[in-house]
Amino acid sequence: MLSKIAVPILAIVVFLGLWEALVWVNDWPNYKMASPSDLPPAFWKYKELFLTMGWQTLWRTVAGLLLAVVFGTLLGMIIGFSRIARDALYPLLIGFNAIPKATLVPVISLIFIGQHDFNTVLMAFMISFFPIAVSVGIGLSTLEPEYRDILRALGASRMTIFLKIALPKTLPEFFGALKVAATLAFIGTNLVEIVSPHGRGLGALFKSGETNGDYPLMFAVLIALALLGIILYYAVVMLERYFAGWAERENS
Amino acid sequence: MKHAYATASGPLPVLDGLDVSVPTGTFAAVVGPSGCGKSTLTRLVAGLLKPDEGEVWLHGERVKGPRKTVGMAFQNPVLLEWRTILDNIILPLEIVAPRMPRKDRVDRAMELLEMVGLTGFEDKRPSELSGGMRQRASLCRSIVHKPDVLIMDEPFGALDAFTREDLWQTMRDLRRAEPFTAVLITHDLRESVYLGDQVIVLSGRPARTQYVMDIDLPEDRALDVLYTPPVADMLHILREQIKIAQGREEGGH
Repeated sequence: MLSKIAVPILAIVVFLGLWEALVWVNDWPNYKMASPSDLPPAFWKYKELFLTMGWQTLWRTVAGLLLAVVFGTLLGMIIGFSRIARDALYPLLIGFNAIPKATLVPVISLIFIGQHDFNTVLMAFMISFFPIAVSVGIGLSTLEPEYRDILRALGASRMTIFLKIALPKTLPEFFGALKVAATLAFIGTNLVEIVSPHGRGLGALFKSGETNGDYPLMFAVLIALALLGIILYYAVVMLERYFAGWAERENS
Repeated sequence: MKHAYATASGPLPVLDGLDVSVPTGTFAAVVGPSGCGKSTLTRLVAGLLKPDEGEVWLHGERVKGPRKTVGMAFQNPVLLEWRTILDNIILPLEIVAPRMPRKDRVDRAMELLEMVGLTGFEDKRPSELSGGMRQRASLCRSIVHKPDVLIMDEPFGALDAFTREDLWQTMRDLRRAEPFTAVLITHDLRESVYLGDQVIVLSGRPARTQYVMDIDLPEDRALDVLYTPPVADMLHILREQIKIAQGREEGGH
């Protein structure tokens, strides 16, 4: 238990120490690379901004992720259960996923002019639904026929079989994909926040640091983003423990 | 009965002229060469497939689709990893008897767990059990809703020889306590003789009934019966029938 908390903290301390040493040994100025010791003053100076902007980024990321879960699961069900849908949709999905999402920022900001919140959530959603849809689809389409037959032989409906067997059986794959999707959603949110003029959120704070030549602020934003990413990731892990804890094997 | 699967190269007949009848309350063991259509037979009896020609009748009723009075067990125990052993066994009751109180379901499951020697394991996950124990739990699940007919597709096929013999005895205990009619698909001739009231030999594909042997052994047979001369003779005859089914003559290979 102790090592579960102590080991990761120690790893972070070692990482920060190496970073500090790297900057110190090379005698880099702030505008080349800020060192960890520059960050606390930057956080302190803009603490209100960090809180409000961090909240902006967090809620929009989570909103986009929730949309991705709903849409991705539905899409996954469609491609998981229907061969025709699978054949039809896979090329489209892969093609869409291959488009660098940065190129879509001007597109959506022209379609929905001035809708900064909406655009940000939309981007977080678009970048993160793909892994969820694919993993749910694969989970459902690879369900062994015997699992279906034990209930089908009793006359159970397709819906019952889905709820009692297919859905819970796909949960481990679903959560695996959700962890990937959670970090992707942050990328989507920040893309829009950084690129949009007069944006909000941590991305906009980063942009203003850049504009004003406040390099410690830029690095502080990066650390804040990393922190949010870690928080969201572990929130997903907690959900996974609760809903799919059965899939975890005891280490022997 | 007649049945064929559609394949890229035209229909592939798997069953042709198959005629099997199993008297109510008895145990039929079905043996035959690999790929002769035994598993297709189980799916037809369970109502998961419809025969192209012919009919399946169970207890005076023609099978037109899945029915709640059937129990199924496979070589793979197909236990749900996210449920405890107890909740795995209860699963069919959730479909067949949705209004049955939880307490009655638990009582029924515990009764079966005791019969197969799994008392104390009801709160374990399937991954915590050995292969033999999982198959025992799977058998409990297949009869928890008191089916008229129990269909088993090589349920003991993946177990080691000694575990398998233990399960044969468990199977006989279950039969004594529960009134189901059983159809067992197997590759193991000793298993078919020990468990069956009759052994049905299917021919190679397309399968038809090639030979039926009535097993005339005492009801409370012990495992030792397999090492007696009459059983040796039965096994010999069945082995010869399998050779014929495989299309090989006596003395050939």
